[in-house]
Amino acid sequence: MADLKFTDDQASAEESAAIDAVIGDERATVHEHPRVIRGGTKRRHRMRHLLLPALHALQTESGWISPGGLNYICEQLQVPPAEAFGVASFYELFKVDQAPGHDEAVTHVCVDGPCRAGSAQVIAGIKAGGGHVHESPCLGQCERPTAVFVQGRRGPNVVKADAPNVLAQHGEPALRLLHRVGVVDPESLDSYRSHGGYAALDAAIAAGPDAVIASLTESGLSGRGGAAFPTGIKWRGVRDADGDTKHIVANCDESEPGTFKDRIVMESDPFALVEAMTIAAVTTGAENGWIYVRGEYPLATARVQNAIDLARSAGLLGDDVAHSGQRFDIEVRRGAGAYICGEETALFNSLEGFRGEPRNKPPYPTTHGLFNQPTAINNPETLLNVLPIVLEGAASYRSVGTESSPGTRLFCLSGDVGNPGLYEFAFGVTLGEVLERAGGVEGELQAVLLGGAAGTFVDSTSLDMALTLEDTRAAGTTLGSGVVMVFNQNADMTDTCTRIAEFFRNESCGQCVPCRVGAVRQHEMLVELRTGGPAMPDDRRQLHDDMARAMADSSICGLGHTACSAVASALTLGLIGTSQ
Amino acid sequence: MVGLATVLGAGGGTSSYKEIEETDVILLWGSNAREAHPIFFHHLLKGLDNGATMYAVDPRRTSSARFADLWLGIEVGSDVALANTVAREIIAADLHDKAFVAHSTRNFAELKAAVEPYTLERGAELTGVPADAIREMAHAYATAEKAQILWTLGITEHHNAVDNVLALCNLALLTGHVGRWGSGLVPLRGQNNVQGGGDMGALPDKFPGFQNVNDPDAIAKFEAAWGTKLNPEPGIHLTLMFEAMERSEIKAVYVIGENPADSEADINHARAMLASLDLLVVQDIFLTRTAEMADVVFPASIAWAESNGTVTSSERRVQRVRAAVTPPGEARDDIQILFDLAALMGVDWGQANPEQLWDELRSLSPMHAGMSWERLEAAGGLQWPCPSLDHPGSPFLHAWLWADDLDGREPAPFSAVVHQGPKEELTDEFPLRLTTGRALDSYNTGVQSGGFNSPIRYGDALDMNPADARALSIVDGEVVQVSSPRGSVEMAVRFQPDIPEGLTFTTFHFPELVDANVLTSDAWDKRSGTAEFKAASIRVDRLVGAAHG
Amino acid sequence: MTAVYNNNTADASAEVAVTISIDGADVIVPEGATVLDACNAAGVDTPTLCYAENLTAVNACRLCVVEMDGSRTLIPSCSRPAEDGMVIKTDSERVRHSRKMVLEFLGSGVDLSQADELGTWSEFYGADADRYGPAPARINEPVKIQDDLYIRDYDKCVLCYKCVEACGDDAQHTFAISVSGRGFDARISTEFDITLPDSACVYCGNCVAVCPTNALQFKTEFDLRTVGEWRPEEHEVTTTVCSYCGVGCNLEMHVQDNTIVKVTSPNDHDVTSGHLCIKGRFGWQYVQPTIERGPTT
Ligand SMILES: Cc1cc2nc3c(=O)[nH]c(=O)nc-3n(C[C@H](O)[C@H](O)[C@H](O)COP(=O)(O)O)c2cc1C
Ligand code: SF4
Ligand code: SF4
Ligand code: FES
Repeated sequence: MADLKFTDDQASAEESAAIDAVIGDERATVHEHPRVIRGGTKRRHRMRHLLLPALHALQTESGWISPGGLNYICEQLQVPPAEAFGVASFYELFKVDQAPGHDEAVTHVCVDGPCRAGSAQVIAGIKAGGGHVHESPCLGQCERPTAVFVQGRRGPNVVKADAPNVLAQHGEPALRLLHRVGVVDPESLDSYRSHGGYAALDAAIAAGPDAVIASLTESGLSGRGGAAFPTGIKWRGVRDADGDTKHIVANCDESEPGTFKDRIVMESDPFALVEAMTIAAVTTGAENGWIYVRGEYPLATARVQNAIDLARSAGLLGDDVAHSGQRFDIEVRRGAGAYICGEETALFNSLEGFRGEPRNKPPYPTTHGLFNQPTAINNPETLLNVLPIVLEGAASYRSVGTESSPGTRLFCLSGDVGNPGLYEFAFGVTLGEVLERAGGVEGELQAVLLGGAAGTFVDSTSLDMALTLEDTRAAGTTLGSGVVMVFNQNADMTDTCTRIAEFFRNESCGQCVPCRVGAVRQHEMLVELRTGGPAMPDDRRQLHDDMARAMADSSICGLGHTACSAVASALTLGLIGTSQ
Repeated sequence: MVGLATVLGAGGGTSSYKEIEETDVILLWGSNAREAHPIFFHHLLKGLDNGATMYAVDPRRTSSARFADLWLGIEVGSDVALANTVAREIIAADLHDKAFVAHSTRNFAELKAAVEPYTLERGAELTGVPADAIREMAHAYATAEKAQILWTLGITEHHNAVDNVLALCNLALLTGHVGRWGSGLVPLRGQNNVQGGGDMGALPDKFPGFQNVNDPDAIAKFEAAWGTKLNPEPGIHLTLMFEAMERSEIKAVYVIGENPADSEADINHARAMLASLDLLVVQDIFLTRTAEMADVVFPASIAWAESNGTVTSSERRVQRVRAAVTPPGEARDDIQILFDLAALMGVDWGQANPEQLWDELRSLSPMHAGMSWERLEAAGGLQWPCPSLDHPGSPFLHAWLWADDLDGREPAPFSAVVHQGPKEELTDEFPLRLTTGRALDSYNTGVQSGGFNSPIRYGDALDMNPADARALSIVDGEVVQVSSPRGSVEMAVRFQPDIPEGLTFTTFHFPELVDANVLTSDAWDKRSGTAEFKAASIRVDRLVGAAHG
Repeated sequence: MTAVYNNNTADASAEVAVTISIDGADVIVPEGATVLDACNAAGVDTPTLCYAENLTAVNACRLCVVEMDGSRTLIPSCSRPAEDGMVIKTDSERVRHSRKMVLEFLGSGVDLSQADELGTWSEFYGADADRYGPAPARINEPVKIQDDLYIRDYDKCVLCYKCVEACGDDAQHTFAISVSGRGFDARISTEFDITLPDSACVYCGNCVAVCPTNALQFKTEFDLRTVGEWRPEEHEVTTTVCSYCGVGCNLEMHVQDNTIVKVTSPNDHDVTSGHLCIKGRFGWQYVQPTIERGPTT
């Protein structure tokens, strides 16, 4: 609770109606009688998670977070206005100032990676047509540059839909994770069922939690969101954790530059995500599911929501999931433009209605996750893997891939290759083979960014590297979120690295000193290099090295740990900072 | 103080602040602790964060009540009715702690009979609060593992203050919510040393350490120590003193550190009485309104900043105050003034030394005996009773209630009390209820807190429900005439949606702005001597010539 | 912490001890103690910035990091619970390097001129805040003077979150200020940056009391500094008890030239935990003729 004090600004009738629509009927204080008012700390805590949806409603209604609207939200939820403002101002998609044209649609144009080259022209075009533009970090459509996302102000958000046969590997029998993409009707439960959907849930219920966890552990499945943590151990941790209320969270905040796999899965095979989460629920005993989708993915959000609604009507979600006797339901939450909210603990804070700042670990999410309760949080790709493991068993699952990296992996190919797009390969495929399958490098290969902005650059000497967890780790690089971004000889690597540094500067949550300041200093250093280069003096190299070490050693979260790695690899490979 | 002493034998809050952090249910009753006791409220907030449920009983939805899980906005002066209804409901629902009641209390049958008429329906009628809310509070309190009742002036500034406290004590005795860690009865003291004043015997009928002036053993002890004969007759408290002045039985008054000319409930009367005295001596750090009327003024140094000694807090913690600055001009330490006066009267008390005085107290007051000056210096204070040097002090009182033999004491008595309502009934002429209270940044009559420039001070205003104000065509901020049967003042109206219709509220910090106490009632409690600040009847009129809009 | 409540706490849960190695020496601390507590017990001086004994650790500054065997990254000692068998190094090259860099980073963007402790540590670790080019970005905000009690000089703000915590759920529960914005643009602010008197602020001064860099200052101090009359080395500090309500808050009166210039409360006293209300914090001014004041803007 707090001493709430409001400025005199009032919400418009439209604003309060829009906010009411998402908050629902409950209120943090209820006037039950002229002499009886219900409220209190517990009630207020219970409602706090509605802050983010309420801010979305206000932003959409008014085109900005107006003081009157914010007051209204705070009054209904009993959130201190300063805190709510702190939350709103954290996110890119919320505007806390009333800029001219704030209530007209804004086109977000991606200025990262492969979109960078064409972005200037697109932006100029939109501006010439009188439109409003916002330069955006990666929009998760790297296979089809230049990516745009239209943020409706007083209107819907829009992104382009993919053609159904989006995959270059369409119809290939080896596809385990993507076999339904472009095949199934993403809006039809029947279609999903007729392509093998929900067989895995039945199998999981029949086998029971311990058997499911045993095969997951045996399968060697590890997380695909970046950290590669063994999924079986994670689920076991949640199952064993004390607590009546447990959560399954699908981390669909996908914002790592170069990554678009989760979007395609959600848009093209949303029931698979819902089914896999339901398996997680019956396995861990969680009753609450959450899908946190990045705010720039309106189509994915709609498809996932539709899948949930249909599953619920079919009894596959709700009080008695598929006659298992267990309750489980899923809520969809939209992010609002913050890369850091993909970090699992930042995601929890964001979902709970706080600033998306990562928490220090330990304690870990398995025991202290969402609402400080036991939580299994997974990347959608990780969850997709659960379906074949449950259906076919661990042995069959392990029949492809390597001993330490069993199974297949999704790769997001973008940049200077013949056929950018989403691919699925067994672990162990070499980088060269991947590039080949994606249509080969256009022009002469200069560098490949593996793992996204948080990953590292490699050059042609790495073409024979097997893409497995162990080989990439040994080579000092990472598969990360599966990004394979290709740069040919024409790419301006200094500019590319400067943009990567700028990305981290903009996306650092600002909580810890090494990352908040270090990311800025790195960016300043690269701007200096871009204008004063090409060679980087030794003392600057040393300084970058000093910063990188401290940030990797002492930042709170993965963002700070890896914010210097791409630039450092570019320096090491001589892609930037040399006199030629 | 009186009520607690009657039931439990000690006039002190039963619990430590720390306990509220670990309690389960809190009844905040007639206390706006958020503003009047902000640092105690920090402890309470920790309790809420730890999961405690709070019920706030107050005619106004105060800033404290805003933190409550449920606010019960009772009619002013219906506290006994509510407490009795809660008691009856607890008994009717069979939720009382029967073992505790049997073992540790007496007069249960009388209580049961006395509260029998207070059904939920009748309670709802008397308090204005729906039966459901009363039932919910009763059940939550009774079924909690640990629960506390806290109160302040909202309970004690009534003509029936003692009844109010007794009624609350009944609830704790019914449920066993006293004498244990985390449960208790906590009166929050309004001034930094009200508790200490009582501890030191600044009560009409007590020696230091709550020893009765008419107890022969005590008299003998004090007479031996002080080498003089002592009067065994209890004295009288302030309100009676004013009545005695009216009858000219009291002709000379020595006021130390009080400002009755501004702070009495009916100040017109108080000022007239003070003016009629033969001799008025005032010892104060300010030239207060009372001091202005005095024949002799002794300028005193500021106890907490310019002198050395001790004070006792609401949790019975005795702590050292120390001189941080030297007093200006001729101001002297309070003790020094008394010593000097004694010398002029022909008695030599020697050097005024706070530590020696303290040791004298320890030799006479058993509950202070273990609190050596060094221990007080070192430990950040000690909570009484602390009978010996190896005693750690007492975070909570009355553990004896849970002892097999009650430590040889009598079981604690229930008290049959009846609802009386405010002395001053609402009439057609004075149809609105006025109640008073404190604001966060100000204090009592404002002499001290006026010394700094608070950015959040809004000055005295009459808070009214907008509906009441609009019915009189009054706009927010309008200056109006406020009258009670005793007098009238002009003050600004402030619209306050959180105050129920029919009720008005003002602070009493700015006598120079408005004499709010001109308005308040002179009814008072015969036993405790507290005056009824909390329930006057008033009318509000627009000023003649105010434009009608 | 000096335990002021000396008996009868209900949860006198049996204290389990854990043994942890600090720079090669075994230290025994009670369960629930942090690595920082263990460092203190071992007599190892550790720089901290965002940590305070009366606030929940937010471990944001990363100044207190230490090296732990088996951990890929350094760990914040202020918040990491000590566990049996932990092996900690507090003076390894990695630790010294990270601490030095944190101090350099801060010095390169924030006015630390009144953060005396940070200055001492910067020297100790050899931090060179000047090696970040000619014009590193910094906060650059004018001093906010909006009333007669506080000033806020965010050019000195290291974003340690202490003020936000003290105003929020660690003490005051008023939540008048919060962190707004993101990354390097994050600031401590009211909603829409409205003035403090317009905000929910109740002027308890608890934010000012915890600020480690003097970004938040009592106006009395600010005014004296402005005229060059702030002489902390001469201050006499006397602990007494507040004269207002009956809660019994201890006040530390900071006196310069027989004039009270600032009031704090001891962090280790269980009544206040260092926190006060407006009356205790500012209600002393009647004790003396008001000291010279500067303008309010
Ligand atoms: C800055 C940052 C951003 C991240 N973004 C994502 C993301 O968008 N999606 C994701 O699944 N994991 C992301 N992660 C990793 C998550 O913290 C977490 O490890 C993952 O969701 C766990 O799921 P998994 O075990 O299935 O990989 C991110 C981590 C960091 C440090
Ligand atoms: S490393 Fe960066 S993003 Fe992560 S918590 Fe620290 S400041 Fe925030
Ligand atoms: S103003 Fe002070 S206390 Fe607040 S975050 Fe900045 S440095 Fe910390
Ligand atoms: S003092 Fe530990 S992180 Fe700041």
